[in-house]
Amino acid sequence: MNKLVRTKWRELALLVLVPFLTSGCGERYLIMNAAGPVAQIEQRLIYTTIVLVTIVVVPVIILLAVIVSRYRDTPHNKAPYNPEWSESKILEIVWWGIPIVIIGIIGTFTVRDTFRLTKPPTAETPLTIQVTSLNWKWLFQYPGEKIATVNYVEIPTNRPVEFVLTSDAPMNSFWVPQLGGQEYTMPGMAMRLWLQADKPGVYYGHGANFSGQGYAHMSFNVIATSSTGFHQWAQKVKSTAPPLTAVGYKNLTTKQDIVGKQEFSSFPPGMFEADIRINGGMYMKHKLTEATD
Amino acid sequence: MPAALTNFATHFFVLGDPLIYGADASIIIVSIAILFVLTYYKKWGWLWREWLTTVDHKKIGIMYLIAALLMFFRGGVDAILMRTQLVWPGMHFLQSEHYNQIFTTHGTIMILFMAMPFIFAMFNIAVPLQIGARDVAFPYLNAISFWMFFFGAMLLNISFVIGGSPDAGWVSYPPLAGPEYSLGPGENFYLLALQISGIGSMGTGINFFVTILKMRAPGMTMMRVPLFTWSALAASILIILAFPALTAALALLLFDRLAGAHFFTMLAGGNPMMYVNLFWVWGHPEVYIVVLPAFGVFSEVVATFSRKRTFGYASMVASMMAIVVLSYLVWVHHFFTMGAGPGVNSFFALASMIIGIPTGVKVFNWLFTMYRGRIRMTAPMLWTVGFIPNFAIGGATGVMLAVAPADYQYHNSYFLIAHFHQVLIGGVVYGMIAGMYYWWPKMFGHMLDERWARHAFWWFNIGFYVCFVPQYLLGFMGMTRRIYVYPANMGWNTLNLVSTVGAYMMGLGFIFLVVDVVYSVFRGQRDKTGDPWDGRTLEWSLPSPAPHYNFARIPVVTSRDAWWIMKEARRKDTTDVSTTPGVDSVSVTKSKQNAPQTLAQAGKLKPIHMPKDSGRPFILSLCFFLFGWGLVFEWYWLAIIGLLGVLTTLVLRSFETDTSYHIPVEEIEKTEAAYGRA
Repeated sequence: MNKLVRTKWRELALLVLVPFLTSGCGERYLIMNAAGPVAQIEQRLIYTTIVLVTIVVVPVIILLAVIVSRYRDTPHNKAPYNPEWSESKILEIVWWGIPIVIIGIIGTFTVRDTFRLTKPPTAETPLTIQVTSLNWKWLFQYPGEKIATVNYVEIPTNRPVEFVLTSDAPMNSFWVPQLGGQEYTMPGMAMRLWLQADKPGVYYGHGANFSGQGYAHMSFNVIATSSTGFHQWAQKVKSTAPPLTAVGYKNLTTKQDIVGKQEFSSFPPGMFEADIRINGGMYMKHKLTEATD
Repeated sequence: MPAALTNFATHFFVLGDPLIYGADASIIIVSIAILFVLTYYKKWGWLWREWLTTVDHKKIGIMYLIAALLMFFRGGVDAILMRTQLVWPGMHFLQSEHYNQIFTTHGTIMILFMAMPFIFAMFNIAVPLQIGARDVAFPYLNAISFWMFFFGAMLLNISFVIGGSPDAGWVSYPPLAGPEYSLGPGENFYLLALQISGIGSMGTGINFFVTILKMRAPGMTMMRVPLFTWSALAASILIILAFPALTAALALLLFDRLAGAHFFTMLAGGNPMMYVNLFWVWGHPEVYIVVLPAFGVFSEVVATFSRKRTFGYASMVASMMAIVVLSYLVWVHHFFTMGAGPGVNSFFALASMIIGIPTGVKVFNWLFTMYRGRIRMTAPMLWTVGFIPNFAIGGATGVMLAVAPADYQYHNSYFLIAHFHQVLIGGVVYGMIAGMYYWWPKMFGHMLDERWARHAFWWFNIGFYVCFVPQYLLGFMGMTRRIYVYPANMGWNTLNLVSTVGAYMMGLGFIFLVVDVVYSVFRGQRDKTGDPWDGRTLEWSLPSPAPHYNFARIPVVTSRDAWWIMKEARRKDTTDVSTTPGVDSVSVTKSKQNAPQTLAQAGKLKPIHMPKDSGRPFILSLCFFLFGWGLVFEWYWLAIIGLLGVLTTLVLRSFETDTSYHIPVEEIEKTEAAYGRA
């Protein structure tokens, strides 16, 4: 019996520990180390729900431990035994009621933030970056700067970035935990994801949806620098890197291999839109125009 | 010619991996051993007469149980292989391709070929006995269901050594699972195996739905039905309404792959999102299909081993039915990040959280069933008590995942992996193991050993936390699922190592479970009474194992917990419960007058009408297997032969009139006398 009670306490301790461990005490907990307003909204929401669900979980486990130790079938147990007692309106109202209230609170926050995240996080002029997931690499195109990179993306800080996502391979999912949650990339579709970095740094990104043999290697870095740093970098790529030709793009898509970082001083105009169209975007015209207007 | 033959062989057999050669060798050795034993001990006739042709629900239940445990082993070995690969960042234990196949088959097997047969085993073993019936409504269909499941499972399992396993994940999303990116027969194996076993599941759903509604003993109103049977009814409703969506999704994808259709390719006007929707319209109810029966088992176990009436019976039934309805309104939470608008995401987020309310209510009801009871910590109770903290935490993380914006972060991360393993293992596996220990004496006439049961439970339970708590943390650290290697500088090493240790501990727990079974077959305490746990429901009124006609005389039910009330009435020191508020008091006094004491006291026996055994369900399913095999390799001649076989068996059945017989009274008397019940 004691063994059982002890185990319950161990579980309880673990449960209390989880929020502490994840409360940003280690910077390795990427989700809890938000580096921008989008990730911050999500992080706050996560904290709120952890607190609220703990209000239910901890008493349940304590109650279990108490009941199991008190009502054991031992010869000298003096606790009351009431084998026919099986109804209590008040108790049932309590445990239908409390979860309803808690779910009500969580639900309210959820709806508010779901709508909030569909808009740019701040009022600054956004930067658009077009992202294509390939087998097994990431291609980033900058329609403003007319440059392109593979397997890393450079962004300015304090400015919302509108990532427009598609895939020229099986579906994948674009995820940079420290900047905010993910969104899928799908062939023939263009979807948007708003992210923003508040401080300079190198942020870990990875494809989150399984896409085949080389999927485990589909990581990329998001490098956030100041606005001037970003422009200098763009200029440097513009002047030093080779251009990405149609043939070059075809090589990227058809060669199913894993490559390192690459950069290109230009890309064929309209390549991203054409890519969506030939992958089935012609059947979803409204989606295409919406994403690229 | 030899060149063509070599070419065929290299594509037909999976070559080049020592692990698979090992599997080849062990399959051949085990097969030869089985053939040898059956031939040497002249058991072929016995196997055919007693098992392959049986329509007895109790035997079918036992076959489901054996299959579920074997598949649990297979899926568990897959899990151990994966955890071994992940123990260190740059492990070279499995190749990417092999790893992908293993996680795909792990998921598929655990959900469809472990959890499903496990719940069907419990349905078959307990439901007819609990409602006082002699069989299920459609015994012949029941046999077909089992063999369809069995051959479906075999079709998937054989892919490991022949043709190659599927490797597009257990969800098998196109375009990855489509003809363009998944060459070879692997995906075909997945589609046809699920399709064939799905027919079996559908049959079981219909069978138990009708059985529970139509075959209850006189007096057993719906509000007197034991909670496990209620959970079986709820799961059956879900099966009937959910499985057609899976059937459609799999069939359309098969057309895409084999016939060049474009249901799910954007390029020709199809849409992969359609597959994702169809899959999860089945997939989320499926989660409740497997977990509701576990809730049913816990309800029985808690009441029996607390020696107390189930607390809040009406609210247990209401919450189960609420879950049935709500489970159809939550499927989009599997893809909040696939571009649905904020309105849609909000709706499905709220629906997903709300389902936590009835589920939470059940936990409180179990707690208060124990409250003021007398708790005996036997093996079934141990798994039940172990389940509650598991499910409290798993449910809490479920609510966390339902918060759509938070899910943008958790989706496809190890946080998700930890959550669904916590609820599926902590719910379904704990529940089914509790049920197995609980009904084992009823199935086999002997108990499972408690000492080994404790070893199994503690290794498995502690290993479970060691395995999955680190995975929650890995999720917060940004580790994504389904990667076979990971960067060394992310700080994921230690937690992965710990998690793997936990997986091995769970493996050890499973081994102890098997040891328990083997030990108890020879040394386990025999159950002479038929009621070793002092049970409350009708199955415990029968001898163990129950005679094949179950009840010599159909019992008359006057109250909930019918057997308990009958026993109360028979006990010398019956306390008059009519003074306790809220109890069906009249029924106790009634049963005191009516409860049959012995066969002689209860009037004359009548001949019992029973269905005849038939080999046709086995042959029918075998033909389905050939049909599926033919389609997997696109050998259409074989598919046509298989299909003709299916049609022939169906036509032959429709001309069969002599499908049942009567057990004469003398035989019943003799059987009952042998049990000491004359």
